[in-house]
Amino acid sequence: MNYEMVLGLEVHVELATKTKIFCSCTTEFGGDPNTHCCEVCTGQPGALPVLNRKVVEYSVRAGLATGCSITQRCKFDRKNYFYPDLPKAYQISQLYLPICHDGGIEVETEDGGKKIIGIKEIHMEEDAGKLVHDPWEECSLVDYNRCGVPLIEIVSQPDFRSAHEVISYLERLKAILQFVGVSDCKMQEGSLRADVNLSVRPVGQKEFGTRTEMKNINSFKAIARAIAGESQRQIELLEEGKRVIQETRRWDDNKGASFAMRSKENAQDYKYFPDPDLTPVMISDEMIDEIRRTMPELPEPKKQRYVKEYGLPEYDASILTGSKYLVQLFEQTVALCGNPKEVSNWIMGDVMMLLKNSGKDAEELDLSPAGFASLITMVQKGSINRTVGKKVLAAMFSDKVDPEQYVRENGLEAVNDDAAIRKAVEEVLAQNEKSVTEYKSGKEKALQFLMGQSMRALRGKANPQTITAILHELLD
Amino acid sequence: MMITDELVGYLEELGKIRLDDGEKVQTKNDLQKILAYMDTLNELDTNGVEPMSHAFGNENVFREDEVQPSADRDLLLSNSERKKDGSYMVPRTFE
Amino acid sequence: MELLDLTALQLGQKIKSGEIGVREAAAASISRIRAAEPAVHSFVSFNEEAALTRADEIQKKIDAGELSSPLAGVPMAVKDNICTKGVATTCSSRMLENFVPTYSANAWHLLENAGAVMLGKTNLDEFAMGSTTETSYFGATRNPWDPSRVPGGSSGGSAAAVAAGEAFYTLGSDTGGSIRQPAAFCGVTGIKPTYGSVSRYGLVAFASSLDQIGPIGRDAADCAAVLAEIMKHDRRDSTSVPTAAPGLSAVQNGSVKGMKIGIPKNFYGEGLDSEVRDTILKAAEQFRAMGAELEEFEMPIVKYAVPTYYILATAEASSNLARYDGVKYGYRAKDYADLAELYTKTRSEGFGMEVKRRILLGCFVLSSGYYDAYYLKALKVRALIKQAFDRAFEKYDMILAPTAPTTAYKIGENTGDPLKLYLGDIYTAMINIVGLPALTAPCGFDAKGLPVGMQLIGRPFGEEVLLTAACAYQRETDFHRRRPSAFLKGGDAQ
Repeated sequence: MNYEMVLGLEVHVELATKTKIFCSCTTEFGGDPNTHCCEVCTGQPGALPVLNRKVVEYSVRAGLATGCSITQRCKFDRKNYFYPDLPKAYQISQLYLPICHDGGIEVETEDGGKKIIGIKEIHMEEDAGKLVHDPWEECSLVDYNRCGVPLIEIVSQPDFRSAHEVISYLERLKAILQFVGVSDCKMQEGSLRADVNLSVRPVGQKEFGTRTEMKNINSFKAIARAIAGESQRQIELLEEGKRVIQETRRWDDNKGASFAMRSKENAQDYKYFPDPDLTPVMISDEMIDEIRRTMPELPEPKKQRYVKEYGLPEYDASILTGSKYLVQLFEQTVALCGNPKEVSNWIMGDVMMLLKNSGKDAEELDLSPAGFASLITMVQKGSINRTVGKKVLAAMFSDKVDPEQYVRENGLEAVNDDAAIRKAVEEVLAQNEKSVTEYKSGKEKALQFLMGQSMRALRGKANPQTITAILHELLD
Repeated sequence: MMITDELVGYLEELGKIRLDDGEKVQTKNDLQKILAYMDTLNELDTNGVEPMSHAFGNENVFREDEVQPSADRDLLLSNSERKKDGSYMVPRTFE
Repeated sequence: MELLDLTALQLGQKIKSGEIGVREAAAASISRIRAAEPAVHSFVSFNEEAALTRADEIQKKIDAGELSSPLAGVPMAVKDNICTKGVATTCSSRMLENFVPTYSANAWHLLENAGAVMLGKTNLDEFAMGSTTETSYFGATRNPWDPSRVPGGSSGGSAAAVAAGEAFYTLGSDTGGSIRQPAAFCGVTGIKPTYGSVSRYGLVAFASSLDQIGPIGRDAADCAAVLAEIMKHDRRDSTSVPTAAPGLSAVQNGSVKGMKIGIPKNFYGEGLDSEVRDTILKAAEQFRAMGAELEEFEMPIVKYAVPTYYILATAEASSNLARYDGVKYGYRAKDYADLAELYTKTRSEGFGMEVKRRILLGCFVLSSGYYDAYYLKALKVRALIKQAFDRAFEKYDMILAPTAPTTAYKIGENTGDPLKLYLGDIYTAMINIVGLPALTAPCGFDAKGLPVGMQLIGRPFGEEVLLTAACAYQRETDFHRRRPSAFLKGGDAQ
């Protein structure tokens, strides 16, 4: 039998505010345990929460950027459960009136087509603390530094039918949230985490199958593997005539398999009720307009603008606008040296290659637009040739060198003195009579060899066109 | 509304409280009486009434996003009986 | 006049003029506390040395002209569910027996800055859940008028301390009558301010949408003076409202002439002790004699107030008290096999029975399947109760009602029957549901010589009206000046 999978995502994103959602402690990553804490975020008796204005603004931005409607009167609710990472024994979240609802994002399907994934809602909530196992004492240690860091949870509709769509959605969502500046979406620091709801059903069946939930999978690749693994597990169960149990499962990426969490964590009665310590949030039309007006340009319109204004190929524009960090490099460099097409070519070619070879993500890119612009300008003006330019870029990438200084110190300036080039070529021809003969007897390849030898004699710094012209002149 | 032993047991689980046998019987009886009294609210027609979480409320109470110094960790931890290296200690939570 | 017979404002005046020293005042209170505590037990903790040291500091500041509050230097006490930095705040629970807050509640912080001299922390029903102060882990407080009787609760220690002359005024908290009912039982004046007018920051939460801090004092003017210090907007409490505190001189010089007072007939029906009823109605006549207009009106919804209150209060409490799990502060069970057992043992051993009962009840009304029928229903009835009061206040400036259905009863008399106890909150709990200000002041005595308190209920932020009326009443009557016989004289009383 053929099966299809049905997937929904719950994505938790840490907002890029300076302070926590309900107190003035810093949200900075790291720090010694419990040093980013106060009476409020450690749940001291009598302490009370006060909402960070920026959290509302960022959440509305995220909603507008994903096509959501804004709940103009929204509230906070308490989600009650006992766990040591939750000092108040309740998480302040939103159940009844989440701040955004009914949006969607366009994703790419497996066959290259497009479809919209619905967003059911976006709600604001506080993050929990961190538990670390202490092997010496056979206990766990609790650190509340992350406790109270603002999160939005973006809940999709069960619209996905493949892992490809899921990854495409996550990539788009990540880019959108980075573009509008509400989150840096760093998966390795946990500022973007996804829970995957998955069920399978025979192709053609209308009803959904029983779903399982896999929590906190921490990379796109792991998500793709988890989806493949879990859907396979469910299909096998059905094939054997067994039932899928609705439960929360933990994906172990090392073992390549999912495991059921303890049943207690599955049967929960969270006793949600409106948090009496917080007041309703009223979001006026004016506030929405203001946020819309001041919101940075989104990836899709930006892409179209690049194609139209700069004449970039559609493909290049879509790669560039796939990452806030590439866009930043592109736009800041263009602002300094103009020539958007050339800048785009450098990013699409050499920068992407360097990233790929070093196994880095665009967000880890540490290339100064000023240096990048001056490199491109040097090549444009012919003060270094393109081959040298690539070497300089590699040095900038790995050792953060200043390009002009690097060129100077390594004597890489292009040789633009025609007499010097002619002299070097003449010497090469004199030393390689065999190749000269070969060329003259019609072997084009010999010219390449002579060209290479000449460039080598000039230590790679000459303009290759000049060498070619002189070779032709002397040989033909 | 009939209060059963199962319901009392469920509430104990929700509240993380364990009653001894005597307390259980007592609680069952008390809850039975109290809930019967609460059920008198059903005499009131509340159709179309908007639930009221606060008697009168202010709204849009915000803080600005400005960092203030955090609390003294050792002082906060001084109220905890079990701690280590600046962290609170609990029985192991990992499976 | 004996030092201990002065009101807080009178004492503050004499301290300011130099007639009485701050240390002298504190020493007098301490000697009264020593004498009274064995019989009354108002305090969970008091620290003579700290109080005297503090008195000397305050004296210096007063001498240097640094303190302008009319209450500077006056000895007082704080209910033990209000956080006092560096001073244990137990909520009269085993759970918080050794808890020392790292910060001060806003209300206490404001009084501290105004030059208050804190003698100690007063007793309460565990986590403020009760109306007798019998559920305190540290033992019951007794009524100074008759030590075989309860002082009321939950602010029983705060009310008894004022009645016994141990403190000139105290801070209490009121979630369903916890300031007003003990103040009435102990023959002193107390006010629950409008929800939002005194910051809850640092008040250990019982039911967040109902809790309010307020003063208990010897008369309405003292209460007004305390309110003037603590009714300040606090950015750390989202429900705090910027509002003007009542003006002291307006309160002291105002009258009730032309004031319209509503008498809700449903507050005077079945369940109300006839002596109490007659005493309150006499007070109504007194107001009429002073120039107020009285009018009876119907408010049938009063019978639904107690069930509504107990649904809302227990629901919020079950959530607010979930944080006591032995990890961060407070009691921690000794032997446990795992995390689940740490939680249940800590909570089962750390909380008393009434607290457990309310947590379980709160879990029930919020649990899936019952939320709509109980919690949501109660939120809707709350809206109906508010409508009833809104209508009443279109006609009246103030509502006059009993504070409690009876006078103080015997210790142990009602302990076996929680429902009967809950019904005692009928006239007070309703006011918290709708957040209104309400004051209680002594208005007579029953045949047993026990004080009767009347309740004045006002419009939102109408504290000044209530205090003005009470002050005017207290100029014409002397019930508030009477003291229990055992505590008529200075520090050497029994």
